[in-house]
Amino acid sequence: MLKALHHIGKYFILLGRVFKKPDNFKLYGRQIINEMASLGLGSLGLISIISLFMGAVVTIQTVAAIDSPLIPLYTVGYATRQSFILELAPTIMCLILAGKIGSNISSEIGTMRITEQIDALEIMGVNSASYLISPKITAALVTIPIIVIYSMFLGVFGGWLVGAYSSSLSAEDYLYGLRWDFKTFHVIYALFKTLFFAFIITSIPSYHGYYTRGGALEIGKSSTKSVVYSSITILVVNYILTQLLLL
Amino acid sequence: MIEVKNINKSFGEKQILKDVSISFIRGKINLIIGASGSGKSVLTKCIVGLHEVDSGNVSYDGREFGGMNFSQRKEVRKEIGMLFQGSALFDSLTVEENVRFPLEMYTKKSDAEILERVNFCLNRVQLDNVNHLYPAELSGGMQKRVGIARAIALNPKYLFCDEPNSGLDPQTGIVIDNLIKEITHEYNITTIVITHDMNSVMETGENITFIYKGEKWWQGNKEEILKEDNKELCDFVYASKIMRKFREV
Repeated sequence: MLKALHHIGKYFILLGRVFKKPDNFKLYGRQIINEMASLGLGSLGLISIISLFMGAVVTIQTVAAIDSPLIPLYTVGYATRQSFILELAPTIMCLILAGKIGSNISSEIGTMRITEQIDALEIMGVNSASYLISPKITAALVTIPIIVIYSMFLGVFGGWLVGAYSSSLSAEDYLYGLRWDFKTFHVIYALFKTLFFAFIITSIPSYHGYYTRGGALEIGKSSTKSVVYSSITILVVNYILTQLLLL
Repeated sequence: MIEVKNINKSFGEKQILKDVSISFIRGKINLIIGASGSGKSVLTKCIVGLHEVDSGNVSYDGREFGGMNFSQRKEVRKEIGMLFQGSALFDSLTVEENVRFPLEMYTKKSDAEILERVNFCLNRVQLDNVNHLYPAELSGGMQKRVGIARAIALNPKYLFCDEPNSGLDPQTGIVIDNLIKEITHEYNITTIVITHDMNSVMETGENITFIYKGEKWWQGNKEEILKEDNKELCDFVYASKIMRKFREV
């Protein structure tokens, strides 16, 4: 318990350093653009494949689960849309990104720590925490919501492809279901929690990377820890936000 | 001049530095020598503020480093250049970007002026046509030279070198030693070099401090070290056959 409190305290102290005024706005801006390209564009391929296939599978499973003729087929489109907007796009995609981006950030900063690159920044008088971590958080806060919206579109598109090419569901029914009882607030709720997840995905791995000590083995351990802790934190925060915003 | 007064540093129960006091002279190469684990690197990290000391103080030309706040320390650090044991070049940046980094961070020079300074620094360490290469594409000796170029980019008053020729062949090691010596004398820098390479000691040792088990054991120059009969120092200096033969001659 004491160890956990120690880490939480250290994490917030690090965040205090991260959000100090940058030493040079030009370099900081350049870092943000680089990070946006690396975090955002680098994840698009993976997110596209997962969203398309998940959308298709959710649609097939929902069609298969409808036994009663009393349930209209357009509920398939409705169920796919709701699943993607409320949970699959924001939470599951962020869990996947926590694995991909989180391990990447942790090992990148961890390597910089053990090869003394962070010491080199400190010697130059640069606030290394702010220079290395802050652009990653800013870039994630901008790009991850865009990725989540992209995932929502691809997910329902994957479902539509199933509807258009299967005999058990028509594309018209699916599209009608997609539009049925649409609530804008659900998208706002999804994007709101995505902002929290984006912060978690970048800040927790950065913390683990920044305080890596030792060698290659410890970089691997930091990377694993960062994925585990950020995934757990995402799930807990998801529960709290859902309880607060949807009920 | 850098003055270290009565520094103590412990990690947990283990005391690494015991009441160390040393003066490092401006315009000279100040060597810190000692066996592995004797506390040389910790001492250097305490001097530059990467480790906080438990007690004692470090002053840079009369400015006490211990009592400074973050922004005051930042000003002193702009005057420090450091060459790390593993070079510590930013591996996501090219050679040119590595040397540009401190200039872009702290000067308001135009791009053309920065490029001119970068090329000057790279020429000074005898590196040409490597601007667009990444550190991983360079040999160990070239990485050290880029490290020196980056360290001198802001015209530092103080230069720290952590085992500058470790992992290099003897010839390249001498090239690096000579570069450090030339730069120190040319720009009148206070240079502190950590080493356990006796070739470097005999080549460049103008003010040598021997650290033994976290204590300052001996201080002198390269001529005096050969006449010294202190047991711990002699065990370190004459550990190799070549040095023993050198003494006999």
